[in-house]
Amino acid sequence: MTLFASQIVDGLADGAIYASLALALVFSYRSTGIVNFAQGEMAMLSAYLVWQLMAWGLPLIPAVLVSIVVSFIAGALLYASIVKPLSHASLLTVVSVLIGLYLALNSLAGFIWTYTIKPLPSLFPKAHLQFGSFSVSAETAGIIVVVGLVLLLLYLLFETTKVGLAMRGAASTPDSAVLVGVSVPVMLLIGWGIAAALGALSGILVAPRVFLNPTMMFGVIIYAFAAATLGGFDSIVGAVVGGLLVGVVENLVGTYVPWIGPDLKIIVALVLIFGTLLIKPDGLFGRKKVVRL
Amino acid sequence: MNVVIKPRLPIAVRAMVGATLAVVFLYVVPFVIPNYLVSQFATVLVFAIAIVGINLVTGFGGAITLGHAAFVALGSYTTAILVVRYGWNPYATIPVSAALSWVAGWCLGFPALRLQGLYLALGTLVLSITVPPVLKRFEGFTGGVQGLNVGNPEAPAFLPVDDSQWIYFVSLAVAAVLYVIARRILSGPLRRALVAARDNQLVGAVMGVDRATLTTATFAMSSLYAGVAGSLYAMIVGFVSPDTFNVMMSLSLFVGAVVGGITSLNGAIVGAMFIQFVPVWASDIDVSLGGLVFGCALILTLVAIPAGIGGLSERLFIRLCARLGWVEGASAKRSAAAVVGSAQNEPA
Amino acid sequence: MSLLSLRQIRAGYDARSVLHDIELDVEERQIQVVLGANGAGKTTLLRAISGTIARQGTIMFGGMPIDRLSARKIVAAGIAHVPQGRGTFADLTVDENIRLGAYLRTAAETRQDRERWLTFFPRLSERLSQQAGSLSGGEQQMLAITRALMLRPRLLLLDEPSLGLAPIITQGLFRTLAAIREEAGMTMLIVEQSANLALEVADSGVVLESGQIVLRDSAQSLAGNDEVRRIYLGYE
Repeated sequence: MTLFASQIVDGLADGAIYASLALALVFSYRSTGIVNFAQGEMAMLSAYLVWQLMAWGLPLIPAVLVSIVVSFIAGALLYASIVKPLSHASLLTVVSVLIGLYLALNSLAGFIWTYTIKPLPSLFPKAHLQFGSFSVSAETAGIIVVVGLVLLLLYLLFETTKVGLAMRGAASTPDSAVLVGVSVPVMLLIGWGIAAALGALSGILVAPRVFLNPTMMFGVIIYAFAAATLGGFDSIVGAVVGGLLVGVVENLVGTYVPWIGPDLKIIVALVLIFGTLLIKPDGLFGRKKVVRL
Repeated sequence: MNVVIKPRLPIAVRAMVGATLAVVFLYVVPFVIPNYLVSQFATVLVFAIAIVGINLVTGFGGAITLGHAAFVALGSYTTAILVVRYGWNPYATIPVSAALSWVAGWCLGFPALRLQGLYLALGTLVLSITVPPVLKRFEGFTGGVQGLNVGNPEAPAFLPVDDSQWIYFVSLAVAAVLYVIARRILSGPLRRALVAARDNQLVGAVMGVDRATLTTATFAMSSLYAGVAGSLYAMIVGFVSPDTFNVMMSLSLFVGAVVGGITSLNGAIVGAMFIQFVPVWASDIDVSLGGLVFGCALILTLVAIPAGIGGLSERLFIRLCARLGWVEGASAKRSAAAVVGSAQNEPA
Repeated sequence: MSLLSLRQIRAGYDARSVLHDIELDVEERQIQVVLGANGAGKTTLLRAISGTIARQGTIMFGGMPIDRLSARKIVAAGIAHVPQGRGTFADLTVDENIRLGAYLRTAAETRQDRERWLTFFPRLSERLSQQAGSLSGGEQQMLAITRALMLRPRLLLLDEPSLGLAPIITQGLFRTLAAIREEAGMTMLIVEQSANLALEVADSGVVLESGQIVLRDSAQSLAGNDEVRRIYLGYE
């Protein structure tokens, strides 16, 4: 298998993780218009929770499931306790609170678990899959499959269930949602819960690759920002496509542009964000918003 | 949002406040407190300069920018490169840093400020993140990971001060000048124009305020302040290295600005002290507590005292003066009551 | 007993009170029209009933007090509000709008009603997968009404349904509303600014001026009233 092809596949795996976190950002944004700067740190804590549960004797898979459920609840609680009270506050207040949350959560992790890196086992076995001349690690394939499944579940939730329809309605036109009997606050709670669960997924998938440490999600969240911006912050499809694109581009640039190399790859994120916001601010799939004066 | 027109304190009160400040800054800090703290206080002054820039662009300009580390780095490295590679006199590098930062701020401002609120914060945050890797990459210029050794400027022989006291006085002088300039910018028609552009685009446009240019100019100004702060920082610390100018620096300055009061220039020094000393105290207790304290301070300030410590102190002081009958003018009682009862000076 | 009774209703925004001491009764199976100029408080009145703004006073609906209930509970009690500007979910398809209207109903009820109303509004069934925001004004109004009907409400509140529609479409609209009243036994409270067409299908009406009801009469009498004709129906 060529280097190019393997870079693409690796890029897709990284991209799947970015897509997951970008989706989390999009979920929070669509319902409440807020970019959750602390999403990455929440994901990091979810990964640490898995480690802690395993340290207390729980096997990996149950620990992962418990962590995802707890993260869902935590996301809903975050909405209820911090975001909802801030719904009429100024932008500066909202940004500041989220940044404060980012700083606090990051330090909290360091405080509880120290800054020594810890290993977190991968969900996938250490094996290699062969498809003819095509070789891919079980982990890479596994990540793509898991995220793909989650996306499928989300799609089914939104397109075929009543709750999903209600959530889309609440995100689209909250005033009308009230008039059909939808409880908009409950929909938002669920939205933020799903966002946290998605973040947890990305954290749990990335931890085995980079080792668990409080600054683990730092790189990921930046690429997730880029992915969400590229895709259009209010588009679910955009977050997925954006994530995959960012993952692939990041890998290719890091490998094939010697001047940039692995340490300066982060500039890809910067270029994508500024480029998108200046050229096509709604992103690839975002919807133009009508600004009423 | 109310723009509060503060009642004028009588000359006597202002003279008293000025004298107290003079004694503290000119005598107590450099000569009375333990010597090893003097250069830390110099750093406080430098942070305060950068924070005043943030007051201008975020507090009054209404743009949330988190890319200050980039301009501080620009200032620091300008000084470092000119001194180390070209043998310049360090003080001469300050105006160069100022000019370069101002130009860079203008260039970055034009595209950046076309971004709406949240996206601007996001974009500038990511900008901050790219600063250390870029600095490390251009090794030939910047000395790479090792950084550059600037050295501390020596105090002139004829003055009875040591090096750290000297650099403190230099920083104080620069800070004072920049503070006065900021005050001038924020008085009169320019302030009204800024606030109008910030709070209500439509009204501002109707009033003939060219919002884009005004905000870009403010951004350039805040970059200049950050750049000058960077220059002085290089001289105080004595060396520059890429990892200093990371996201944490941008976020710390932001925290300092909010805690001090986002629209309070006087609060800048309070915010600067907060971000200089709190991490040190916090890490004495536990190494990871610094971020936790910052985060909680940010949230608590916004919830409990949105005007920041600086804003709150100013308001309490004026209220105290009113109680003591020290506010002058016929409308003294009314204007004092207006200050006491007015809404927060909360930026939009 | 009236289906809907308002007593001493006051409501407004922020510090201003828009409605003062409103007294209103709507009988079952009746179409009642609320006339008034801009700013008279017509929209506020409907919002007070549907619970989407704060209000003081007593509102009885089917013998049950609803003035302390949240908007959602009022919807559940059977009041469907079609707001000004229609309030369709512009990003969702026509079919999704209709289904959302039946949010509180069972799957079986949804299926039945969807069939029934799509037969009533064939234009909508042609555009089921079209985005609601791309429909014409008249079609959006049909969609909004269908959305409201899917709730199986006992009372339908309509805020200026003719807004932005050509007169000939408005005529068709009110005929349709009359037909719906017959078909479903629906009670309707319709707010209109210039309402000659509305009065043709209505049973009674009130005139709202500066937050107070200044005239109450049968639709025929109102249509024949000179003052009303001059001010609200555009006759000289």
